[in-house]
Amino acid sequence: MQPVEPAPGLALAVERFAFEGRLLFEGLALELPAGRMTCLLGPSGVGKSTLLRLAAGLLPGAVRTASDGEPLSGRIAWMAQSDLLLPWLTVEDNLILGFRLRGADREVLRAARERARVLLERVGLAERARALPHELSGGMRQRAALARTLVEDRPIVLMDEPFSALDAITRHRLQELAAELLRGRTVLLVTHSPLEALRLGHEVRTLEGLPARLGPPLRPAGNPPRSADPALLALEARLLEELAGAGREPLGVAA
Amino acid sequence: MIRLRPLLVATGLLALWQAICLATAVPPYILPDPWRVARTLWTRLDLVLAHAATTALEILLGLLLGTLLGAASALLLAASRRARIWVLPVLVVSQALPVFALAPLLVLWLGYGLPSKVAMAVLIIYFPVTAAFHDGLRRTPQGWLELARVMGARPAAILWRVRVPAALPAFGSGLRVAAAVAPIGAVVGEWVGSSAGLGYLMLHANARMQTDLLFASLLVLCLMALLLWQAVDRLLRCLVVWPSEPLHPA
Repeated sequence: MQPVEPAPGLALAVERFAFEGRLLFEGLALELPAGRMTCLLGPSGVGKSTLLRLAAGLLPGAVRTASDGEPLSGRIAWMAQSDLLLPWLTVEDNLILGFRLRGADREVLRAARERARVLLERVGLAERARALPHELSGGMRQRAALARTLVEDRPIVLMDEPFSALDAITRHRLQELAAELLRGRTVLLVTHSPLEALRLGHEVRTLEGLPARLGPPLRPAGNPPRSADPALLALEARLLEELAGAGREPLGVAA
Repeated sequence: MIRLRPLLVATGLLALWQAICLATAVPPYILPDPWRVARTLWTRLDLVLAHAATTALEILLGLLLGTLLGAASALLLAASRRARIWVLPVLVVSQALPVFALAPLLVLWLGYGLPSKVAMAVLIIYFPVTAAFHDGLRRTPQGWLELARVMGARPAAILWRVRVPAALPAFGSGLRVAAAVAPIGAVVGEWVGSSAGLGYLMLHANARMQTDLLFASLLVLCLMALLLWQAVDRLLRCLVVWPSEPLHPA
């Protein structure tokens, strides 16, 4: 599902950001290239989710600029680790929730519903459109959440570890699906899995330290979704080494 | 077997009651045996039912008005910070007042008829409904609110389409409590001053040593309260079909 308008890039600048007394970011600048997927990789607690929230405008304290100079409001979609489906709405009604919340008129709503049906077909949930979320498996719910993110049809998509709660097989399938459906959009995907980042990202950035610093962009060869061939796995091992080395704690202490 | 269990318990208790009456030979104006109560209920059914109708109307009106007022108050408290800081303390202090002590005043102000009993039921229902619903409205999972914000939702839409439905299970608990205490409000109101209703009939029968009639009225009141609770419970089960815990406490 290609976006209607060409997706702009997003530049994020954080002067200083402290959370619960800890200085998380200082002089941090993140550039999301237009129409590409950027994967942000780092150990837990480093502030990946916080950075994503800053990008989404859920937290104040960041200067956000779109590369086309237009305002950002109404151009961002967000997908969290948990599916955040409303349990009292059917899958289809969950998909068009954004339109209802914005008070869309009947015409717009009908178009959204049409789009929702198409996307449910794409994520393989067409049969379950009328089901309630608790009647679905975890993988199905996350697929519905992905479809909801796409129904919004925003050029910029921010994803906060959207696949980390899933089993390995379901995760693999959903990664392929997401890469395909998000093509052409500017995407920031936060993950703690180097392999996921390497499979899906046009660019992979690492975030580590306190205050957190961004590593230089890593651009694996080929187009995502990449298969996990030996070269990619070697890269994964290197990334893991690097990340583990940065925040190294004396391993012998615990043992 | 499980469906029969309440019936078995009831039968057992009735048998125990009958046995105590037979064993102690207590005079019927102190403790009438169940058989006698049943006969009285049968012979005076018209009288008991007429009074029961009055009480039922008081309870239903009280429940309806109390729930509406409670729900409206909770919504106001959730929607406006100013309302919260001014009204919430008043609400809490008002609960420190024993509602029963207000009954004579209500009869004085609203008269012997229906309004004072309905007011009594409303007073007793109002707080549990308001407190439970308001609590539910405050505890909307953070993730849903953040999602709504990124989607560009209007605040009114967040309240109606996210916070209110999310608070329905909590509202339901408040309503169940309300359904259980509403009959108390109505009957206490009748005790203080009335010319109709099961509370009036019980007081009247008690004064004339017609203890069997008192028990018959009590029985009908119990049945009414049980039916009401069941009806409310059924209704809520239809309204809240999802598991009460959010799938992910995000």
